[in-house]
Amino acid sequence: MRNTDRRSFLKIAGISIGAGALYRVAPLLGAGREGAGLSRALREANGEPLRPFSFVQLSDTHVGFEGPPDPLGTRAFERAVETINALPEPPELILFTGDLTHDTEDRREHAARLKRFREIAGKLSVQAIHCVPGEHDAALDGGALFRESLGPTSYSFDHRGVHFVGLDNVSRGKPEIGKEQLAWLERDLSRFGPSAPIVVFTHRPLFDLKPEWEWFTDDGDAVMNLLARFENVTVLYGHIHRADHRRIGRADHHAARSLVFAFPDPESGAEKKPLPFRKERPFANLGIRRIAAPGAPGALSIDDVELSAAEFSGTAGIQQLLKGGSFA
Amino acid sequence: MSIARFVSCTAVTAALLASASVRRASADAPAPRVVEVTARRFEFTPAAIRLRKGETVTLRLRTLDVRHGLFSRPLGIDAEFEPGAARDVTITPRETGTFVVICDRFCGSGHGNMKIAVVVE
Ligand SMILES: [Cu+2]
Repeated sequence: MRNTDRRSFLKIAGISIGAGALYRVAPLLGAGREGAGLSRALREANGEPLRPFSFVQLSDTHVGFEGPPDPLGTRAFERAVETINALPEPPELILFTGDLTHDTEDRREHAARLKRFREIAGKLSVQAIHCVPGEHDAALDGGALFRESLGPTSYSFDHRGVHFVGLDNVSRGKPEIGKEQLAWLERDLSRFGPSAPIVVFTHRPLFDLKPEWEWFTDDGDAVMNLLARFENVTVLYGHIHRADHRRIGRADHHAARSLVFAFPDPESGAEKKPLPFRKERPFANLGIRRIAAPGAPGALSIDDVELSAAEFSGTAGIQQLLKGGSFA
Repeated sequence: MSIARFVSCTAVTAALLASASVRRASADAPAPRVVEVTARRFEFTPAAIRLRKGETVTLRLRTLDVRHGLFSRPLGIDAEFEPGAARDVTITPRETGTFVVICDRFCGSGHGNMKIAVVVE
């Protein structure tokens, strides 16, 4: 991928790399000032009043995937983009939690899939898009193509007083974060006090959700130990292709629905086998997640929305979908 | 978690056996049964292994194509093996049951279902 392509994508999609002014906001949150005092401090720091905002998590678009469990390819992803663009209150950020593309050994084909992902994601009308890779994006080449196309596989930024951390638990091939990234994370978190709101986004769960389905991160405990001193921690992840919420210690772990085939319930499912495609409900179990941040330390409110396709149900509708006709 | 993993790793086990008394004890014990396990994208052969509870067994791992992993938290297995060299993993299952042992090094599109059912009786 040529650099000019990447730069223009970053511009179109508004991907922000290092929002300098906002970095000065978050340390104040850790200083224990709350309410009016905090709001004033924020205004002094960067002229931006503290106010609530919303963002969206999208996951597991698997651009390039074709197969019987989901004959629709990128249709749900495109549908999600249209749904988000039609929201009465547009989100300020979109976080993608991995498996943006489906893997292929062919480097050129994989580059084309990343390009296609950027084309579809580039239609989102939001301030900024932030992505972390999934194993299908990055495990075969250690994240090289992902970095070329979308930037670093792990990083952090601040937005309206919330500290966001994107973690890479896929590029090493194994489900792990690795010592280097852990050391970076420790440094990254060191300037925050316990009340700082922290949102971690990553591909695989950071706890043992179901290791025998590879739904875990081997050194996820080490990450959660670094986060243990914080009171407001939300981990958003993908990988499991279904919505799931667990509160472990003081942290909330939320998996998002995918935008291709869904997986069964880890508690009751006997096998990790995609749920069958249902013609009468083509986007069953697929969807987006809207998240509202209150603008001050406290819990985020999470709203999981299943994509609907009532107008495409039935034989005629599904044929129209499969043809790749317009959603308009 | 890491202790179980270390004990399962032959190299570390060997290091732990440095004391003479331990070495004598292990010399008296029969050599563990060796089970050959072959990996290729996207399957293990055999796909099912039967072991006895408390029996020490060496899994001899070989790959026919790329690097793979072998992982099970309850059995204390966390190994990687590369083309051209066998890797031994010695385990002593302490619980009965059926354990799904997975490849945990992403090796391509079918990787998610690359597993062995280990039945401990
Ligand atoms: Cu996925």
